[in-house]
Order: sequence, then C-alpha cells, then structure tokens
Amino acid sequence: MPSKAKTPAQASGSGTNPGRSGSSGAGSSEARLTVRKTYKLYIGGAFPRSESGRSYPVTDAKGALLAHAAQASRKDLRDAVTAARKAFSGWSGATVYNRGQILYRIAEMLEGRRDQFIAEVVASEGISATKAATQVDAAIDRWVWYAGWADKYAQVAGSTNPVAGPYFNFSLPEPSGVLGIVAPQDSSLLGFVSVVAPAIATGNTVVVLASAQRPLPAVSLAEALATSDLPGGVINLLTGSVDELAPWLAGHRDVNCLDLTGVQPAARVALAEIAADTVKRVYAPARLDLAADPGMSRLAAFTEIKTVWHPIGV
Amino acid sequence: MKFEYAPAPESRDIARLKPSYGIFVDGKFRAGRGEAVKTINPATEEPLAEISEAAGSDVDDAVKAARRAYEGAWSKTSPAGRSKYLFRIARAIQERARELAVLESLDNGKPIKESRDVDVPTAAAHFFYYAGWADKLGYAGFGPNPRPIGVAGQIIPWNFPLLMAAWKIAPALATGNTVVLKPAETTPLTAITLAEIIAECDLPPGVVNILPGGPAVGQALVDHPGVDKIAFTGSTGVGKMIQKSVAASGKRVSLELGGKAANIIFDDAPIDQAVEGIVNGIFFNQGHVCCAGSRLLVQESIHDEVIDALHARLETLRMGDPLDKNTDIGAINSAAQLARIRALADSGDDEGAVRWSPECPIPAKGFWFPPTVFTGVSQANRIAREEIFGPVLSVLTFRTPQEAVDKANNTPYGLSAGIWTEKGSRILWTANRLRAGVVWANTFNRFDPTSPFGGYKESGFGREGGRHGLASYLESEAYLAQ
Repeated sequence: MPSKAKTPAQASGSGTNPGRSGSSGAGSSEARLTVRKTYKLYIGGAFPRSESGRSYPVTDAKGALLAHAAQASRKDLRDAVTAARKAFSGWSGATVYNRGQILYRIAEMLEGRRDQFIAEVVASEGISATKAATQVDAAIDRWVWYAGWADKYAQVAGSTNPVAGPYFNFSLPEPSGVLGIVAPQDSSLLGFVSVVAPAIATGNTVVVLASAQRPLPAVSLAEALATSDLPGGVINLLTGSVDELAPWLAGHRDVNCLDLTGVQPAARVALAEIAADTVKRVYAPARLDLAADPGMSRLAAFTEIKTVWHPIGV
Repeated sequence: MKFEYAPAPESRDIARLKPSYGIFVDGKFRAGRGEAVKTINPATEEPLAEISEAAGSDVDDAVKAARRAYEGAWSKTSPAGRSKYLFRIARAIQERARELAVLESLDNGKPIKESRDVDVPTAAAHFFYYAGWADKLGYAGFGPNPRPIGVAGQIIPWNFPLLMAAWKIAPALATGNTVVLKPAETTPLTAITLAEIIAECDLPPGVVNILPGGPAVGQALVDHPGVDKIAFTGSTGVGKMIQKSVAASGKRVSLELGGKAANIIFDDAPIDQAVEGIVNGIFFNQGHVCCAGSRLLVQESIHDEVIDALHARLETLRMGDPLDKNTDIGAINSAAQLARIRALADSGDDEGAVRWSPECPIPAKGFWFPPTVFTGVSQANRIAREEIFGPVLSVLTFRTPQEAVDKANNTPYGLSAGIWTEKGSRILWTANRLRAGVVWANTFNRFDPTSPFGGYKESGFGREGGRHGLASYLESEAYLAQ
C-alpha cells in the first residue's frame, strides 16, 4: 500500500524539487514518481543509519508523515563523541582564517539551496513561506556572522597581562573541547545553526541532538556541511529522542561541555546534575531570542582562557 | 657540601595571637554557635587558639546580613567608593604584613619566607589590582553596564589561607557583590584577622562575613537559598558535589579544583634553571599547591643528568621550623593530609616506582613529610594519576615532543603545566597543545593579580585574576533557569 508521505517540498506546495513534475495530464505520460530522501545521521563526515536499526516517523505541523528519521541509540552517541574527539585536534589547530572561510563556505552552500530549506522549514514548522524565508535567511547570515568572529574572538577575549615582574604574560581563549548540544526543539534550522555555529567557530567539535519533532532541516543542513570543506567529525548530528539520549551525553566522560538550550527548564536540572560528575561547563540560557544580536556569550561559554608565562631576560 | 646555619626564627609574638576567635557577621565579631575547636600549629601540634565555629544558624545570619548589605549600603556605595574601600584593605594588609605572615606560618606550617614573600604581598596586590576595577567595569569588555550577581558564598582551602581569601573577596567586592566566606577548618586565623582589617577599614556591615567552620558550614552555605553564587577552591571531589548541589538552584558557580600538572623538561633545557623550577614546582608550600608540577616529564636522553642534579639540589633543602627564615620546607598542614600523602606514596612503592628522599632530620613532633622523588613511574600508577597535594614528585620520561604533550594531557585535570627548553618555537608549539589553564615556560608557580588563573577539564571553570576574573562575579545571561 503506498504511503501517504509527502516530501517536505510537497508539503509546502513550493520549492525547487516538486514532488511530481511533467504531469500536466497529457495523454500517456505517467506522472513522475519522486525520489525520496532517506534522513540519516551525520557522524564523522558519513551518513549512517542508526546502528540500532531504529527509525521514527516525523510529521508536518498537521500530522501528515514527512519521513522516517533515524532514531539514534546510545551507541550512535558514543560513536559521535569518538568522531568529535578525533576531529578536535585538527579543527582546533586549524588557522582561524581557515575556520572562518569554512564557516563562510557553509553560508554559500546554504544560499544556493535556499528554496529547498524554505520548503523544509515550512514543512517542519507549519509556518508560512514568508516566515520560513526569514528564518532561512537569518540562518545563512548567522553563519556569516560567526565566520567573521573566528579570527577576531581571540583578540577581543585575550590579553597581555602586565605582571609585576620580568615576565611576558598573555592570555587567550581556546576551545573547551567536545560539546554536547541539545538544539532548540522549535526552531528547526535557525535554532540549530544558532547553537552550532558559535561552538565550532572557536574550534570546538560538537555532538548535537537535533529537534526531535522537527529534525529534517538539520539533516539536510548536514548535507550542506558535508560539501563545505568542514572536516568530518566537527559537527556530528543525531536525531531521535532527546529524553533517551541527553542523559548519556550529559554523563559521557569525554564530553567537556553541555549546552541545554533545547531542553525544557524542568528537565535541565537532572542533566546538569549528571554533568557535574565530569565538571562539564553547562550552558542553559533562560531564553533564546533568535532575532536578537547573538553577542559573544556563546563564544565565551565554550572557551577556556589559557595564560602563558615566560621570563624576560638576556 | 653542608652549610651550617644558626637558627633565625621570626618571633611568634608578632602574630599577636589571641586565646580565642569567633565569627564575623554583619560587621560584628562574636562567638559562633557551632563547635569550639582548637586550631593547632602543624609544626608542633600545639594549640594556637580556640575557634568558636559557625553553625547553620550563623550561616543564615551571615547570608541575611550580606543580602541586606547588597540591597542597602553596598548598592548605595558608588563604584569609586567601592574602589577606595578596596585600596584601603590593600594598604592595611601591607601595614600588618609581618603579623599576617607569622600568623599564616603558625597556622598553616608554611615557611615564613613564603608567607612573607608570596602569600601576604600577593594578597595585598590582589586587593590593590581589583580596587582599580571597581569604578571602571564599563570598560572591562562585559558590556556598558555590567551587573553584580548578589550574595557570593565563597569556600577556600587551607594551602594559601589569606591569599585565597583575597582572590575571592577582592573581585567580588569590586563588582558590587557581598560576601560570605568560609575559610578552611585548619587555617582560620588569617581570614579572621582579615575580617578585623575589613572592619577597621569601615566597610558597611554585612558586605563581608567570615565564618570559620568545617564541611557542614560549607554545605549550609552551598545550600542556602539566599546565596546567588558559589565560588569554591578545593578538591575536584568536593567541587563535583558542589556543582551537583547547586544544579537545581540557579546559583552561579565557579570552581578552582585539583591538578596533576606536567612539568616538561626537553633535552635542550637549561638544566640548572630547570632543576630550580622543578624544586619550586613541587616543593613550594610543601607541594600543597593545586597547580604543583607533580608529574615531571623528562626527555629520556637527559633523565639521569636531571635526576642527579635534582638529588644534589634536594640535599641542600632545609626542612624544619616554619618560622625560621632559612627554612625551605615547612610542615604538612594536618595529620589527615599527612596520612593521605603517606598512603599515596606507599602506593608508589607498591606499584614498583623507586622512592628517593634526601637525608633530612624529621622533627619529633608535628606533621612532616620529606621531599620525595619517585622515578620509574608509569602513567598507570596512582602517583601519576591522583593529586597527592604533598612534596612528592613522580618522574616519567618521553622521547618526542608529541609524546610529551600526549602524556601531559593524559589526565582528567588541566590546571597548569611547565615547559623547559631554550627553543622559543618549541615553547609555543608545546604551550599551544597543552590542555591547561596556566602554562609556565622556563619558570613555574608564578602568580600575579593581573594574570588569570584557573583550569581546563576537571580542574574547574572560571578564572581568578586579571580582567577575566571579573566575569566570575558579573551577571551573565546564561544560567540554569529555576
């Protein structure tokens, strides 16, 4: 029995990839069947299904099936952390110019697929195409904003320190390491970009749980990431149940920070308590205003200040 | 070669010890409602004074006093006024520097040359530095009008009692917070004397409250709903408990926890200077230093040369009366700490490392542990993984710079590290890769109020010192929603 699933493009009634084409009803030509996408995870630069073999239905705002997304398991999460740790030395050691260019390249890739993302956001969030366009444009511009921060943050947040002795002493921000992020649950693309871009701009690598109910735009974003010269493993994307996965993320001993932006306040405390056992930096803003100037707080939250001393003498 | 030195002790009278001390709440000194305990001189085990410690009800009084001050007198004090109060405190510490130094050495067991030349002057300098920030916060890079957090509960360790109090109180007051501070149970005397100084400087009542007491007092402070921020310096184990305790409360927290610093000696290092740095790194303050260079990583080709030079240098260290100006190594702070050091050192023997200590007479009374070097240590040994917090050095070797970095970073801690090499590019290459908050290159254990201090990973988060140290006491948009 044929599924009633609609692709996001169909659901929106617009987009560059309409579900059926060439079917003007002329004579013998059969309506073309669309090629549907399998929405998978993004780990270490590859697109695997969940090792558990599980998937879950994702619907549009009206309840119509959009796709079956991969339902990541604890093992997938561990694989993602391993991939993020493996990518950390290369990404944190890349020049800031290089990182900035790659973030800008992501914006370029999104710009070229703007209509597709508008259609996907419309389908996921049930908002108008106009509103979705505003979200997608803001998401693209957010990559540009953080691309520009990559080579400036150290100058703003660092310092030379005039110690009272014959020493040269300087401080600079360095990435905290591997971040576990629970992305906003409502804003499927702009919310996702707003938490991921600042984390990687400073050289962190991330494991991010996409919106559980609206994961599809983030998975499509991963396709853009994969073609943006972003090294595999810098961003690892999991879809599935936040309730199931977040405690493992909070407790993982090789995760340095926990961003609980996408977790409801009532559920944050339990995760923060788990995170305390590994002294994770926990970031949990009371609110997230996606229209506001993002500021530097997310850059600061996931960086460490390193101070280096050296004697001065002849 | 042995040099004989005549004793040159500081007079204990300079400390002006009183028979008993209490708590400082709402601008008044009074007896606490908790236990009366004796604080002892760890070098002699003789009681110094009786402390009537705080109880839970005293914590409540202190937090309420701090809240009243925060909402009243302190918020009405202009930034320039806050600044001048802090300058006053800095100068008053300098005025009473010798008294504080002797008191610190008596209560803590550290050599007078360290309390006199490091602890006390650096404490004064810290107040002097943050004094000037109080009326310049809008220029500090945290927005045009940064706001204080409120009432800060501060818990400090026994290794640098006065200096840690200064690190906690100075930035908190500069940014407009009020403070309830709990000194360590074994070293309350300089904190109470600092309270006298603060009272003499006429700070409004309740701006600073000092509560000597044990872990129960600390827990009450952490749990008190009237506290907005917890700043803790101490062990990683307690830090984790505190982070967990405050998770549900919305309190902000900064943690400066344990360390297991690598001190890396490359084969082109200036050996004599490096040996001085190794000694300073692990034997400064009897190794009771969270950033102590407790893991020596020596390039294999110079291992024997470095160890021989280190042994020769350690033979010249003088262990004994902390008040003697010639003393290099003082007493271990407490019987409990001595037991921990002994247990870990014994594990080094059990796990096959080779123990060496210089011949040094150990006083009959008091808590003492000789400078100790373990060679042949493997990364899996407890003495290479666990913080000993004593004068015990674990020596490991490496062949390549990358191996040195890998071994240095192979720890859940990340507070500090040392690098010794004459090659500048190697210093920067190594410093760049070490996951630690403070990196000393061709030096070790340097501290300055302008220089941020704090850890990566499980050594905690937040910085103390410098412009960055202000952030720990300023309101940030991100905290756990209640």
